[in-house]
Amino acid sequence: MLKDIQVQNEKETRGGFGEGIYEIGKANPNVVVLTADLAGSMKIGPFIKEFPERYVQVGIAEANMIGIAAGLTIGGKIPYTTTFANFSTGRVYDQIRQSVAYSGKNVKICASHAGLTLGEDGATHQILEDIGMMKMLPGMTVIVPCDFNQTKAATKAIAAYEGPVYLRFGRPKWPNFTAEDGSDFVIGKAQVLNEGKDITLFACGHLVWKAIEAGRILEEKGYSVELINIHTIKPLDEEAVLKSITKTRCAVTCEEHNILGGLGDSIAQVAAKHLPIPIEYIGTKDTFGESGKPTELLAKYGLDTADIVAAAEKALSRK
Amino acid sequence: MANVQELEKIASQVRRDIVRMVHAVQSGHPGGSLGCTDFLTALYFKVMEHDPKFNMDGTNEDIFFLSNGHISPVFYSVLARSGYFDVKELATFRKLNSRLQGHPTTHEHLPGVRVASGSLGQGMSVAIGAALAKKINGDSHLVYSLHGDGELDEGQNWEAIMFAGSKRVDNLIATVDYNGQQIDGPTEKVMSLGNLHAKFEAFGWIVLDVEGNNMADLLRGLDEAKALTGNGKPVCLLMKTSMGKGVDFMEGSHEWHGIAPNDEQLAKALAQLPETLGDY
Repeated sequence: MLKDIQVQNEKETRGGFGEGIYEIGKANPNVVVLTADLAGSMKIGPFIKEFPERYVQVGIAEANMIGIAAGLTIGGKIPYTTTFANFSTGRVYDQIRQSVAYSGKNVKICASHAGLTLGEDGATHQILEDIGMMKMLPGMTVIVPCDFNQTKAATKAIAAYEGPVYLRFGRPKWPNFTAEDGSDFVIGKAQVLNEGKDITLFACGHLVWKAIEAGRILEEKGYSVELINIHTIKPLDEEAVLKSITKTRCAVTCEEHNILGGLGDSIAQVAAKHLPIPIEYIGTKDTFGESGKPTELLAKYGLDTADIVAAAEKALSRK
Repeated sequence: MANVQELEKIASQVRRDIVRMVHAVQSGHPGGSLGCTDFLTALYFKVMEHDPKFNMDGTNEDIFFLSNGHISPVFYSVLARSGYFDVKELATFRKLNSRLQGHPTTHEHLPGVRVASGSLGQGMSVAIGAALAKKINGDSHLVYSLHGDGELDEGQNWEAIMFAGSKRVDNLIATVDYNGQQIDGPTEKVMSLGNLHAKFEAFGWIVLDVEGNNMADLLRGLDEAKALTGNGKPVCLLMKTSMGKGVDFMEGSHEWHGIAPNDEQLAKALAQLPETLGDY
């Protein structure tokens, strides 16, 4: 039952990145960290302090950062680029496309402050298109962990995972509930957080927690809810998706991203090809965000717990 | 080690390769390729310590990055002629299923290419990254890069130029094909470069000027550039070249940036370029 999931604490996912990068930096001497004037926000202070020779400050010059990262792989380094998600992707799409993805470089693009929950800075910084841009690049792996522990685990895991990776996380303190040692995280393997038979909630990132909250309400209403954390959007664990919808026959996808091009599209493509079922989509509806508190924004743009419950009931009614 | 005359002979063959490759497929960029032939010949046949057996990491050897990827014909010819792959493969340039893509790429695993280029302005950043990796690895070899002068319109170059000066990337020799031409016309009209020498210097670089189509002067400049590395500053070599050098009707004009010669023009061009190593 979803009510059995225990919250350990509330922490920022970017803090998980900071701890993860320190630990993997200690374990793997090839790890190099780059930042574009956002060392504080990206929580990389401990890494910088202990491994100054493997830290590259590029200033506010993200295109150069991506290129330098591509170059560092030539010589066996494992570069992690760090800045906000907007500046990690949209600003440098062509650099990632040519120098990293097409060139097959082992660069880890680590992006914080993704989505609406960035909050008060507003739409200039709240990127809601990055998952789509990154998943369309051939050879790119896209990972969106759901909490502090999982972000830490993913940060460490991608070092040993050959090839370009986009790792997306966020700014606010958020419920932290996955395994503290990261043992429940495997790249490319969907994480079944709860088994059920009436409906599947697929979620990624911060909205996994919102889906848990929604699932609890649905359980109280008498539904049997399957909840799957799709932390790896590409390559998608199609087998897990199909196995679940074969059982439940309806689904809701939940993501802090435009419904065009994100997790929902990926799930729908699998369903349309193998097993067409009713699917409802939680995400921003082809719109930009705005300033506000994270919780206010999730409510205004239809990404809150109540929205997921309503979407689930609609999907259930369409079965 | 090849002397000036020997290098000039190789360059003549490379120029033949370039016009033949571009003619065969009726597409590609002969102008810049011909202008940079002397430089790339000097680099691969004399200046760099490098291993044509090719490993991507380039550990314990000098490595080169072509940022202005459209001059792929000269790059491919020089790589083939220096032993990276069979010269016969030059015949596949820009054709379906070829490793010799229109613009260089690692995607088809062509030996000698370490990053894709074509979308302009990205190569200096990559070269800096490779230079930093050499520093971290304790590898004292050098990184070379080539950039078009028109390419310097792209802003990413100036991020990279600022970085290299600020962070003292002194194992990098960035070279500029300073031919004063770009697709839409002379650089002076399209986008003036101003005092390029002074600009690099203002960003903390050591800047050398050479005659890029004079083999002896090129070797002098490259030797001087090498000697100046390791002193806390990156080195820039501004190479004054002529687009289309070596083929009189192509020389000095942007018109031949990206068009192929017809049969008659090919014959006229080849008549000016002695076959020294045997055509592919």
